[in-house]
Amino acid sequence: MKRMALSGLTALATLFGSSAMAVEIEYWQYFFDARVDAMEQLIEKFEEANPDITVKMTHFPYADYRTKVAAAIPAGEGPDVVQLFYGWLNDYIEADLIQPLPKDQFDPAAIDAEFFPMVQAMKRDGAYYALPTAVRSLALFYNTRLFDEAGIENPPETLDELVEAAKKLTKVDGAGNITQVGITTGMTAQDHHWWREVLVRQFGGEPYKEDYKTVNYTDDAGLAALNFYVDLEKEHKVTQSGFMDEPQAAFKGNRAGMHIDGSFRIGSLNKVRGLKWGVAELPAGPDGKRSNYSSYWVNGITSKAEGEKYDAAVKFLQYLTSDEAMQLWLDVVGELPAKPSVGMVEANANDPTFGPFIRGLAYANTTKFANESAQRQAMVDMVARIDIEGQDPAESLAAAAAEEQKILDDYYK
Amino acid sequence: MSAYKNLSIRQKQIVWAWLFLAIPVLFYVVIRFYPTGTAFVISFQEWNLLGKRTWTGLENYEKLWNDPVFWKVFRNTFAYLLLGTPVSLVISFVIAYHLDKTRFLHGFLRMLYFLPFMTSAVAMAWVWRWFYQPVPIGLFNNMLASIGIPQIEFLNSTTNALPSILAPAIWAGLGFQVIIFMAGLRAIPVSYYEAAKIDGVGWWTVLTRITLPLLKPTIVFIVVFSSIGFLRIFDHVFNMTTNNPGGPLNSTKPLVLMIYETAFSSFDMGYAAAQTVVLFLILLVVSLLQLWILQGDNT
Repeated sequence: MKRMALSGLTALATLFGSSAMAVEIEYWQYFFDARVDAMEQLIEKFEEANPDITVKMTHFPYADYRTKVAAAIPAGEGPDVVQLFYGWLNDYIEADLIQPLPKDQFDPAAIDAEFFPMVQAMKRDGAYYALPTAVRSLALFYNTRLFDEAGIENPPETLDELVEAAKKLTKVDGAGNITQVGITTGMTAQDHHWWREVLVRQFGGEPYKEDYKTVNYTDDAGLAALNFYVDLEKEHKVTQSGFMDEPQAAFKGNRAGMHIDGSFRIGSLNKVRGLKWGVAELPAGPDGKRSNYSSYWVNGITSKAEGEKYDAAVKFLQYLTSDEAMQLWLDVVGELPAKPSVGMVEANANDPTFGPFIRGLAYANTTKFANESAQRQAMVDMVARIDIEGQDPAESLAAAAAEEQKILDDYYK
Repeated sequence: MSAYKNLSIRQKQIVWAWLFLAIPVLFYVVIRFYPTGTAFVISFQEWNLLGKRTWTGLENYEKLWNDPVFWKVFRNTFAYLLLGTPVSLVISFVIAYHLDKTRFLHGFLRMLYFLPFMTSAVAMAWVWRWFYQPVPIGLFNNMLASIGIPQIEFLNSTTNALPSILAPAIWAGLGFQVIIFMAGLRAIPVSYYEAAKIDGVGWWTVLTRITLPLLKPTIVFIVVFSSIGFLRIFDHVFNMTTNNPGGPLNSTKPLVLMIYETAFSSFDMGYAAAQTVVLFLILLVVSLLQLWILQGDNT
């Protein structure tokens, strides 16, 4: 009896002894096939290099993600390292769900210098709270078969060339119905980003002021950008919003010559049989100005991680933001590296598919959203009022600005 | 234990009755009443799911009162109700009335009418969404175009979109109402009709004096049921307008969709809860009113 108790105790002691050396941390992300696959490979490599740390990954459907994180971390059960959309950062900080990254391991000055500038949206009071492995930007997809058919040699370099090319690519049936659009449009897809961060800036404006707290597109530049956008349908008749239901559907169906979309679309376009496409940088504005929009998902350390788990989480996050991890993410998921040191290497920056997106990162802006879907809705309605109700563009622009300003004011009050 | 033994048989019966009742009561309290109560509490708070809940009193309700979108949505919700309920009632009665008289392929026809009710609303909405698309993919517009009629904007229009979405919603619920109506028709004693036949009364008098009055309980049931259904319409609208939920320009947005968006894309739980409370009250008032009007003078 005595001996049994003793052996039990030793067994317990070894158990505790070993658990003190090996740490297990939890990582959460939302479910997206390629991302889970990439993360599994990253975890495997990380564990190989750090045998005393194990990383347990859990993923959820996107729809449940925010709820689960919010419920789990305060209860002490959630992840140590968590993935979140860049636009949620304020909410996470305010709710005390994530902690700032330690300045000695994540030197803010070094990050400022090494990463693409848009990650500075993750900085609060001089410290970074989260960092991305990969980022996304926009580019112009074009259907090479339709381009050949219309006798267009190169993708458009400027907005004027874009309109010209679109005119050649548009097909109309006998009754005047469009059966093939030159360029897809739809504020419900990526066009609200194109209009806000690209067109407004290209026509000489700045969409927001005071760190995205004040709407600033009601000036002439904003109106010119809006007119350019709605004229594609009204004046030039090279597009139709809602054509084939969704812009990407029209492009996949070989019924659209050009299509503006994000780098995350590459994977699904590759799977479409019989579709031949190329990518170009977004066309430059009237005075040659280029702009782009970039967004990203970031990883942060939750307030739950303490002691040795915290140290392990820091190590893991350092690995996730390393050059090696970024290259793997690009190869597996198709999302772009967050550092020029990886993105701008010869092989990536001149890659026919990824190149235009990566080059776009250099001049990309990242909108700081208070409520992305509500702010997008303001743009959707702005165009719908002109399109369906025939409202004057200037009036519609002013109404959209007022609506969006109200969303911002409510959020930052 | 001895306390139980000392009880009378009647008291023991009561103890057992409560014991069995306790399970559904507990279930209802935990699953139904507790969340409902919590929704009332949250409607007086501000909460974004992540942070702490803060008490704001009536602020959410004030915001609701001053929100033009809410009043638009409010009108839409009643448009669904006021168009959907009578139209579906009349169509389903006409179908049931004639189906009841049909002997040929009766079972098969009944199945055909019931089939849409069993189909997933999501799948149905997507098929109809395709029907409504403009040329070159939409079924209806392609048919119109092939006979030289200009295409109609079904969904991308502030006037046509709501009826366009309502049509498949009515069609989807029809099978259920037809079955209920037929059961009601079958429950009317044949002797009344025989008596009418002997007296030589016309079909109109039979319909208005015998069939409809005796169908009253069935009609009450269907009206209340389908009203609640139309007031809570969501799947059809959401799936036919996913690119721009409730659009264009909020012209098709019902209250449930507004609640969903406020809660799960704006994460404004307090405001969403306030809208839920309003929907709850509307449903309560409409249901009670209908029961009162339709059953009140049941002589």
